[in-house]
Amino acid sequence: MTLLKPAVRRALGWAALGALVVLAMFGLWGAPPDEVQGDAQRLMYLHVPAAWVAYLAFGVTAVCSALWLWPRTRSMVWDRIAGASAELGVLFTALTLLLGSLWGRPVWGVWWAWDARLVTTAVLLFLYLGYLALRRVPAAPEAKAKRCAIAALIAFVDVPIVHFSVTWWRTLHQEATVFDPELKANIHGVMAFTLWWGVLAFTLLFVYLLDRRYRLEALEEDLDERELEQAIAERVAGAGTPGPAADKEEVPVG
Amino acid sequence: MTDVGYVVAGWSITAAVLAGYWWWLRRRTRHAERLDRDT
Repeated sequence: MTLLKPAVRRALGWAALGALVVLAMFGLWGAPPDEVQGDAQRLMYLHVPAAWVAYLAFGVTAVCSALWLWPRTRSMVWDRIAGASAELGVLFTALTLLLGSLWGRPVWGVWWAWDARLVTTAVLLFLYLGYLALRRVPAAPEAKAKRCAIAALIAFVDVPIVHFSVTWWRTLHQEATVFDPELKANIHGVMAFTLWWGVLAFTLLFVYLLDRRYRLEALEEDLDERELEQAIAERVAGAGTPGPAADKEEVPVG
Repeated sequence: MTDVGYVVAGWSITAAVLAGYWWWLRRRTRHAERLDRDT
């Protein structure tokens, strides 16, 4: 019921925790303050990796949804991974927006701006909140998986729009620093290292949490199925035996 | 609030959210495992 072997999962969990501790050391003390933004720039060591993991999570959801829709690869495993990954995507998108807002207040002077990048990211969050709500609507597993897979593919259209919004429109949000088209970081030294390290740490954390969320999803599905089978068995058994009314003497009316 | 205040708030909220999510997953998984064993 897990994607990874328990020993691998445990090792990954410790590796993610270790990487996050190193990230905190570099992000809060090791890296120098930005020349223009000062210490507020230290929020970027969390904001950028969180945004990357959100993209990754929604990418995994889209790929798994496509694999579910393709008849040759159809398996409920893909549906479960898609659901687990979308939940993580929502978590990291919310963190991205929150951290961006905390950074925007001292640097831009506002908590929020009606900027293309910010608005499309907020739309992304609501699209996937809708997807998670859709997963909770009761239905037969196959029907539920099908409609969720279609919804996930539609919602994913917003991911490239979010990413390229800073180049397609004139925005207050800066253009890509790390993930520019040539994957060339336009910063250097300890700051670039910390940013890349953050991306690595958050990716490790994502894989670890995805495995744990998948296991929970599988366990709960299994329990629901068994509960349903038990309820049906009880109903069938109940229908076979005479009810309490049959024992009563018939009373003539009138 | 100073720049450092925003940084501390951001890092603390992130740590709390991630740790909280991990704790919630762990608790719910243990509960589901217990039910799985009992049924």
